[in-house]
Amino acid sequence: MKKTLLLACALTLATTTACGAGEEEASADGRGPITIVDTQSHEAATRKVIDAWNAAHPDQKVTLDIQPKDADSQRQRLINNAQTKSDAMDVIMLDAVWTAEFAANRWVDPVAAGTFKADEFLAPTLATATYRGNLYAMPWLTGTGLLYYRGDLVDKAPTTWAEMKETCAEVLPEHKEMSCYAGLLDKYEGLTVSFAEAVQSAGGTVADESGVPHLDTDAAKAGLTFLVDGLKSGMIPKEGITFKEDEVKNALQSGKVLFARSWASLYGTANAADSPVAGKVEVAPIPGLDGPGSGTLGGANLAISAFSKRKETAKDFLTFFTSPEQMKIWATVNSTPVARTALYDDQELVKQYPYLPSLKQGIVAAKPRPVAVKYGDVTAAIQNAVYPALSGEVAVEQALSGLQQQLSGLLKQ
Amino acid sequence: MRRGSRWFTALMISPTLLALALVVLYPLVAAARESMYVRGEGLDADGFVVEGERFVGLAHYAELVGERFVNALLNTTVFTLVTVTLETVLGVAMALVMHNVLRGRGVVRAGILIPWAVPTAISGLMWRWVFQADGVANAILGEKILWTTEGVQAKLAVIIADTWKTAPFVGLLVLAGLQIIPTMVYEAAKVDGASAWQTFWRITLPLVKPALVVAVLFRILDALAMFDLPFVMIGRGKLSVETLSALVWDEATQLRYGSAAAYGMVLIAYVAVVVFVFVRLLGADLLADTRSRKRTA
Repeated sequence: MKKTLLLACALTLATTTACGAGEEEASADGRGPITIVDTQSHEAATRKVIDAWNAAHPDQKVTLDIQPKDADSQRQRLINNAQTKSDAMDVIMLDAVWTAEFAANRWVDPVAAGTFKADEFLAPTLATATYRGNLYAMPWLTGTGLLYYRGDLVDKAPTTWAEMKETCAEVLPEHKEMSCYAGLLDKYEGLTVSFAEAVQSAGGTVADESGVPHLDTDAAKAGLTFLVDGLKSGMIPKEGITFKEDEVKNALQSGKVLFARSWASLYGTANAADSPVAGKVEVAPIPGLDGPGSGTLGGANLAISAFSKRKETAKDFLTFFTSPEQMKIWATVNSTPVARTALYDDQELVKQYPYLPSLKQGIVAAKPRPVAVKYGDVTAAIQNAVYPALSGEVAVEQALSGLQQQLSGLLKQ
Repeated sequence: MRRGSRWFTALMISPTLLALALVVLYPLVAAARESMYVRGEGLDADGFVVEGERFVGLAHYAELVGERFVNALLNTTVFTLVTVTLETVLGVAMALVMHNVLRGRGVVRAGILIPWAVPTAISGLMWRWVFQADGVANAILGEKILWTTEGVQAKLAVIIADTWKTAPFVGLLVLAGLQIIPTMVYEAAKVDGASAWQTFWRITLPLVKPALVVAVLFRILDALAMFDLPFVMIGRGKLSVETLSALVWDEATQLRYGSAAAYGMVLIAYVAVVVFVFVRLLGADLLADTRSRKRTA
């Protein structure tokens, strides 16, 4: 009995101190040490910016909280924190597709108008941080699909799907082991990205800004048909339906494909000294049906938790973090594309990342994925409809009309 | 027993009961309550989620006839039946090998037990590489099967990986059972001229049964709750390998705690029924076994 009592005491003690730790002198002016939650892959760059801030603000030190690598766990952790209304997280990294959910649940504060110059940021990056016309996060990171190709085999990057196929028809007969194209087609978030991209690149859209799906259009049909026929005809290798980022990278590096669609991060890997195709991989904006394609926007933004007790410091820190100087420093350490327009024409950065001009072109033409508070249901519906079409079990029209119906229900708000 | 000592007994076990009530009973009751509520549904005019929860009674349980739940239930059942059967047969065979091997005993035992020692998430990753399009499996078969796509082949891949991983567990428990069989029983059988087959069916199996039943029971419990292997190996969202646990996880991830709790309750009930039937059918008198052993000791 004594032991249990002791144990109970120890437990209560542990929990009270744990709860207490977050509450230390909640300053009335909303200033004091804060915590920023970011993901592992950004660690080195973000730490550099934090160190600069901490040196100048010894009384408002920023602590970095590194999230698990996997996006689902990241979101889960942020939600747990919000549902317990904990002030343990002040500034949080919000993936572009989480904005609606966090805004609609009032888990993050809107960004006050006039705190920054919106015209210095790429317009689509602002869109990924906006919900119902209000900005809920500072635009920070962005990104869209890029077309990677073997510069040693292809003279000029194609701008349309037809051109891409023509180029393949010319080059492939001499390279029997190669296929034409690979993209993100396994059943996961990448499939939603690829589907939306295909539909947009054919001139359509999965859903418009007011949440109405448009999958009963010719453009949607042309987009999905590009992927389905691609797999059927062997333009995309048969195993392409199991490809995620890693498999696409491997296919390009081992010389199995001529063209590959992936994110900006592949550039560094494919042209690294240990890559078998180093120096041979070049980048262009993704192609479309009648002209350059339109990608989907990735990226992440920085929001202030509604439950933070030090919002003044958090706001100042965000302004500092997203300032032109700091964003450039961040970009020199980490290759994830940032949101400030001017940095895409910055000579030093372009030298470091030669794909920046193509990327800027791509981002300006890109669109966000459908905005939904229950985004998880939307992306699951898209994957469940598109995947059987890719494997040939369901006809294109049937898959699209089913999806149209489902999304009408899910996106109605 | 004296009245005083009974109170003393109650007092002594009360910490355990308290702990059990806290970690077992409370979550169960809380889940049962949660399964009858719905939270954060609908948006107001400004697009904000309407806060608060609403009692919906058994509405979540009505979703049990839905396509997705039935699919998950079938997957779970198929995985359990097939993997446990395979693992039992292979496990017993492994135990016999481990028990009877004369030379290099340590090496054989360690070799058989390694798969069990590998964490499931790691073995899931390993098998994903084996089963990828240009992986070892296709190289050996000389086929181009896309194992990780939706379909029967994905189920098969999960079954192979799970059997590889957990047959050694059955083997380990059965080996423990084999080691307590006195050698003189076998000597008597030999004297009576029993064949190897007869010895196995008439002596080894009945005597090893208590250990085997426990092993199979553990495996059934584990298999009914299968989650990590399909998740890591084939991928979330692939309906051909979605188990009940995965469905519960997914619902909770989408913040539908009500239906997640409801599915969880059904999973618990399913596990309870299966175990009850199993214990009844095989007469796995688990407690009696320890009792009798204590008596002989």
